[in-house]
Amino acid sequence: MIDLTIDGRDISVPEGTTVLDAARLLNLDIPTLCHDPRLKPYGGCRLCIVELEGVPRPVTACTTPVAGGMVVTTESEQLYRLRRTVIEFLLSDHPNDCMVCQRAGDCTLQELAYFYGLRDNRFWGERRRYDKEDANPFIKREMEKCILCAKCVRVCGEVQAVGAIDLAYRGFNAKVCPPYEKDLDCEFCGQCVAVCPTGALTGKVWEAQGRQKDVKYTETVCPYCGCGCNITLHSVRNRVIRVSSRENTLNEGWLCSKGRFGFEFINKPDRLRTPLIRRRKDGPLEPASWDEALGLISSRFEGIKKEHGPDALGGLSSARCTNEENYAFQKFFRTVIGTNNIDHCARY
Amino acid sequence: MSNNIKINVCMGTGGIAAGGDEVMAAFDLELRKAGLEADVEKHCAVHRVGCRGFCARDVLVDVSVDDVRTTYQYIKADMVPRLVEEHIIGGVPVEDWVVGQDYHDFHDRQEKVVLADCGQIDPEDIQAYLDVDGYKGIVKALSEMSPAEVIECVKASGLKGRGGAGFPTGMKWQFCAANKSDRKYVICNADEGDPGAFMDRSVIEGNPHAVIEGMSIAAYAIGAAEGYVYIRAEYPLAVERLHKALSQARAHGFLGKAIHGTSFDFDIKVKLGAGAFVCGEETALIASIEGQRGMPRAKPPFPAAKGLWGKPTVINNVETLANLPFILRKGAEWFASLGSETSKGTKVFALTGKICNTGLIEVPMGIPLKEIIYDIGGGIEGDRLFKAVQTGGPSGGCIPVEHIDLPVDYENLLKVGSMMGSGGMVVLDENDCMVNISKFFLEFTQSESCGKCTPCRIGTKRLLEVLTRITEGKGKKTDIDLLLDMANDIKDTSLCGLGMSAPNPVLSTIKYFRHEYEAHINDKRCPAAVCRSLLTFTVIENLCKGCGMCLRACPAGAITGEKKKPHYIDTSLCVKCGACFDVCKFKSVIKE
Repeated sequence: MIDLTIDGRDISVPEGTTVLDAARLLNLDIPTLCHDPRLKPYGGCRLCIVELEGVPRPVTACTTPVAGGMVVTTESEQLYRLRRTVIEFLLSDHPNDCMVCQRAGDCTLQELAYFYGLRDNRFWGERRRYDKEDANPFIKREMEKCILCAKCVRVCGEVQAVGAIDLAYRGFNAKVCPPYEKDLDCEFCGQCVAVCPTGALTGKVWEAQGRQKDVKYTETVCPYCGCGCNITLHSVRNRVIRVSSRENTLNEGWLCSKGRFGFEFINKPDRLRTPLIRRRKDGPLEPASWDEALGLISSRFEGIKKEHGPDALGGLSSARCTNEENYAFQKFFRTVIGTNNIDHCARY
Repeated sequence: MSNNIKINVCMGTGGIAAGGDEVMAAFDLELRKAGLEADVEKHCAVHRVGCRGFCARDVLVDVSVDDVRTTYQYIKADMVPRLVEEHIIGGVPVEDWVVGQDYHDFHDRQEKVVLADCGQIDPEDIQAYLDVDGYKGIVKALSEMSPAEVIECVKASGLKGRGGAGFPTGMKWQFCAANKSDRKYVICNADEGDPGAFMDRSVIEGNPHAVIEGMSIAAYAIGAAEGYVYIRAEYPLAVERLHKALSQARAHGFLGKAIHGTSFDFDIKVKLGAGAFVCGEETALIASIEGQRGMPRAKPPFPAAKGLWGKPTVINNVETLANLPFILRKGAEWFASLGSETSKGTKVFALTGKICNTGLIEVPMGIPLKEIIYDIGGGIEGDRLFKAVQTGGPSGGCIPVEHIDLPVDYENLLKVGSMMGSGGMVVLDENDCMVNISKFFLEFTQSESCGKCTPCRIGTKRLLEVLTRITEGKGKKTDIDLLLDMANDIKDTSLCGLGMSAPNPVLSTIKYFRHEYEAHINDKRCPAAVCRSLLTFTVIENLCKGCGMCLRACPAGAITGEKKKPHYIDTSLCVKCGACFDVCKFKSVIKE
């Protein structure tokens, strides 16, 4: 364990801990834009600078490992000034169109501008102009709002191991893009959208569907497969407009493209809401109650088993069911029906 | 006729550009015609415009008859027959073409270690290097010294990194040697990117084996078996000579397995840089070798702990490595006896700008700036007034005339707001506008920023925008304070050395030449008459002959006047292109 002092408070943390993590253990609020505990430290945004006793320049807390006897200051007049300058630089190259931005109310950059009181800007100057519409079906990419924190690049490489995007060009013209600036063509897991601290990456599905203040959050479990990822449904006026996942869940906030973007069926008018029964041959499927439907299934199963034997029946289950459901299903077929004709789209 | 004749022809990038190839061929031909047995030998050149540092005089040719050497300057192929006939056959030097006193002054006041053999030996022949005690340093290390003793020797010499930051080389090695690992690496940083700097290229072009030997010494000291030379692809001649030298060193057993019959294995790969300035920063350089985008990362961990492929790595600059064979051979005390109290040895500088003797020089640390500029450099062109010298490349600062007596070493340069950098020295005179100079360097650094960190990516852009508006006469009263605020904050918050030092030209020019900024902002005037938007072109009536040259040259139709009568410039139409000023033969157009 390493002993150090942060803002006058003593703390003991394991070797290899960063100053930022140690400070967060003390509930100290150090601003960051490019840090994500699930990704390797980057040190790009420069907001988490802190002062170390005996070191002439401020250092970034996210990249600096703790050392024995270190004396850290996380708040000072000079640090406030430097952080403010950095945010001001970012805003001087930003559309500042919060009033129409999807992320308004849920944007780290907006938050920082608010707390640092940055209405005016000393540095107004040339702004990057990117008007290319990315034609991919899921992810809206407004690169003018990008602050180059590279979280999207890193999550795509480090977590998803896809590497669909990277930084291109240099200096002021540096930008995140797919190879040759083509339209994004990846597996659309949307992890990049999940980690973006600004409005640069959003889901096309939830564009203009509701403001943050109106969103109701419902914690639930993804119905797509047996993994059981924890998801948060964002709903506005009883309509699900978006799915996200929190970092402190078993899936650490990561989702796949189905879990993140495949929720539109919930609001579709042609979605099945009751069982349907075809009551006469060549007739239409008609809505029925669960009791009626289950009664029909049970009587038909009994009839077929009696007339043709249990092996005339077979059961096919789905990967969207949980392990427990699939277990009960095969048990039902083997013991109640009495057949081993049982399969599953991913094999039993 | 003597039977001991040796001819050296400058064949560096500069020598070749000036016609070195043709001169060599002409010598071959003429000597064969004359039936002479002379050794027409390639001669290492030091940089693009010439050899032995004195670029402007190329092609330089040495003719040695019985060890009496005569040096000729500005030699072209068609001059060769006369040289052969009069000097080589007739035995009488062609006095008209022999170099003058200024050539000797340029050289005699220098102290050459790294450059000592450049321009003297054939860089494409390992035997030439062996003849000047080459590879004796590594042999001495391998046969007489332990790795720890080698490190002690380098520490005792006081050698500091010549790439810019000036970190003590021996200490860097010691850190790396202390880290246990199955693999370690030595990297030679030959990604020389400063505009106007050509020290490293010249060393590799002129004496590549010294760099290879230096890398071997470093590898032995830290326990590395593999090395990389990261060199700019824009240096084709240096790359070619390096490859030749590497294969010769392998053939002679100085690289490869069991070197000099010991258990020391070492070999070197060459990695070409793709032209990013920031790849001269060590962590960006490592990322580039690994095949990643060349972007710096935060330190610690330092490369000595986690470098290439995550293994302990020593990165040294070309000039640093080229010093090592001499330190091993001649001893730490000898090296420590050169230079100043705190900075030991010599430093190679690329002397450029408004100076008479443009070239590559090597001087002892601590030499007064004045001696470099006036004694070696021959003073300012056209006897104009010296204004400042910009050292340290685009990230350095400008040193004004009041510090002309400054002893040049790491510490003193920092003290006056500049830095050693890799050794660029751009001399500025009264015709240079300091705001414009600062803008020039910012243009470079901002376009070479990698874009990773906010202050460098956006901050340098904003600095440049403010500087641009000042030079265009649109500066605001508050702009100097704004520049200072931005510059200091960028220095404090940037990730790597590029961002940290990019504001230096702004800070140092405001510190020493604030009045020039004020003139641009308050009086809308450029004192050096450089910033075109602030100039007014006028015709002095009594000097104008009415020749009509300016009238024809003006693209805006702003000049009127009858033949043989004074002309007139309508300032409301003038686009300030300066064409009239340039064409006037009677100096009757003035700009102010």
